[in-house]
Amino acid sequence: MEKRETEKLIIDHTSYTTRLSPRFVSRKPYEPPVPGRIQSFIPGTVTEVLVKPGDTVKEGDDIVILEAMKMKNRLKSHMDGKVVAVNVSPGDRVAKGVILAEIS
Amino acid sequence: MALEKKIRELKEKREKMLLGGGEEAIVKQKAMGKNTARERIIAILDPGTFHEYDMFVEHDARDFGMDKKNLPSDGVVIGTGTVHGNPVAIFAQDFTVAGGSLGLMHSRKITKIMDHALKMRIPLIGINDSGGARIQEGVNSLAGYGEIFFRNTISSGVIPQISVILGPCAGGAVYSPALTDFVFVVDNISKMFITGPEVIKTVLGEEISMEALGGARVHCETSGNAHFFATSEEECFSQIKRLISLIPRNNEMKAAIAEALPPEAGYDIEKIVPGDPTLPYDVREVIRAVADGSEFFEIQEMYARNMVIGFGRMGGRTVGFVANQPMEMAGVLDVDSSDKAARFIRYCDAFSIPLITFVDLPGYLPGVDQEHAGVIRHGAKVLYAYSEATVPKLTVILRKAYGGGYIAMSSRHLRADFVLAWPTAEIAVMGPEGAANIIFRKEITSASNPDEMRRQKVDEYREKFANPYVAASRGYVDAVIEPSETRRMLLHGLEVSESKEVQMPWKKHGIPPF
Repeated sequence: MEKRETEKLIIDHTSYTTRLSPRFVSRKPYEPPVPGRIQSFIPGTVTEVLVKPGDTVKEGDDIVILEAMKMKNRLKSHMDGKVVAVNVSPGDRVAKGVILAEIS
Repeated sequence: MALEKKIRELKEKREKMLLGGGEEAIVKQKAMGKNTARERIIAILDPGTFHEYDMFVEHDARDFGMDKKNLPSDGVVIGTGTVHGNPVAIFAQDFTVAGGSLGLMHSRKITKIMDHALKMRIPLIGINDSGGARIQEGVNSLAGYGEIFFRNTISSGVIPQISVILGPCAGGAVYSPALTDFVFVVDNISKMFITGPEVIKTVLGEEISMEALGGARVHCETSGNAHFFATSEEECFSQIKRLISLIPRNNEMKAAIAEALPPEAGYDIEKIVPGDPTLPYDVREVIRAVADGSEFFEIQEMYARNMVIGFGRMGGRTVGFVANQPMEMAGVLDVDSSDKAARFIRYCDAFSIPLITFVDLPGYLPGVDQEHAGVIRHGAKVLYAYSEATVPKLTVILRKAYGGGYIAMSSRHLRADFVLAWPTAEIAVMGPEGAANIIFRKEITSASNPDEMRRQKVDEYREKFANPYVAASRGYVDAVIEPSETRRMLLHGLEVSESKEVQMPWKKHGIPPF
């Protein structure tokens, strides 16, 4: 076994001295979803941006078309509101989880 | 004279086939640190025992110029031989012939030797080194894969199936190894993935090297797809031979009995486990302290290290060891470690290998990521696997056995045959700190000195419940033993369990939480 330092892991109020796994160390802290954020749920290419900052949108309106795995996905607004930011343009390739546009 | 001529002809034909894809291709193969298909087979088998079949098989593809292509042995070598005297069936894809690509006849050779292995009830070893489907053969090549996967599944639990990845194994081809019992990989040689770096780059824009995506280390450390890691083909072959010597030929036979050796004198079992349940140690030392010759053949050593699994011998008989590893993540059960243990338990049960479980865990790993990754259904696999296993099940509780973790780790309630506990065992619903905080919440918060009161209550709880005697008083633990009595008790337990028989209700099959 390679040399790795022991650290503390707390379970049920008890602090254990042990090595931490890479999976545990690199785990992402939970973030609650923000309804105004239009995020890429899959990596892909933005083919159309259907809004511009200042536009008024309703829940269910298409905001961005994201092409991934040969499918054109319509990313819709989860709420009524105003577009406050558009972070991408057609042709942009985006990773998973990128905020493409924001609605307030 | 006519006979001599014909024999000479045969020899010439053989010589030609033995060259595979030709000298140039062999030089390329060697430059990658790889042996040829036949060299690999010969290295694994006992000297002089390899018998090759279907050497002269040819493809009959006609499209895309294939009618003009001659592919010696159609790019795969099949045969039988022995490993430490145990008969095995073996195939090896020959990368020097059309990149080891799989066409119809290539697949038929593989399925022929698979059928043979199943019929003869002998282990199957498959060496994968292939660029994938032979595109020119179209759907015939897909049919070939399907026939292989079907046989892998039908043979599962009847004969041991071993996959050795010694080159690329990509796309659908990866599912054959995935369906087999043990996958061996070699650093810088093995590459396994469903979609390669090229496709990932064009479709998703993510750039990654082949090694980082699906190299040996990744599958041993991160994905858990592989079970044995080696730095050279030679090391890999000796691992395979060791495994074959430990497992039975099929599900109706028992593993060969070796000479019963005592553990090495250097292991002092009383000095391994610290009395303080929050301090770490390497549980493999405990295994080595009780196993014959202190030999432990660990499986998935680099994956989910908080759970240790592997084979050893007790009194000359092969046993499967399952142990929580306090050195890593305090030995908790989580998604990966549950998966790792459950599959191994089912392997041992399928092949009549008794299970010895060492328990020392604080419970399940808390966290949103664990809950969202399905720790409920993955954790349930351990319960399912232990409950359904009818092989002898012996449990030793070394220290902590808290809550759900206590139940899951081969407890009496899941029908362990013998449950032993060291005097350091703490069998309780949770650790003293957690329990005292809940039970005595009022007393603690209303006390003039809450910290002092908490300490007092924790000590009180520890004194009363953090021991093996409460469980022993109910008969959940059969015996509280000194650590130095462990090997003797286990050997006796195994002896008594030798003719164990359990009747289970009829069913087609259960529905484990896959």
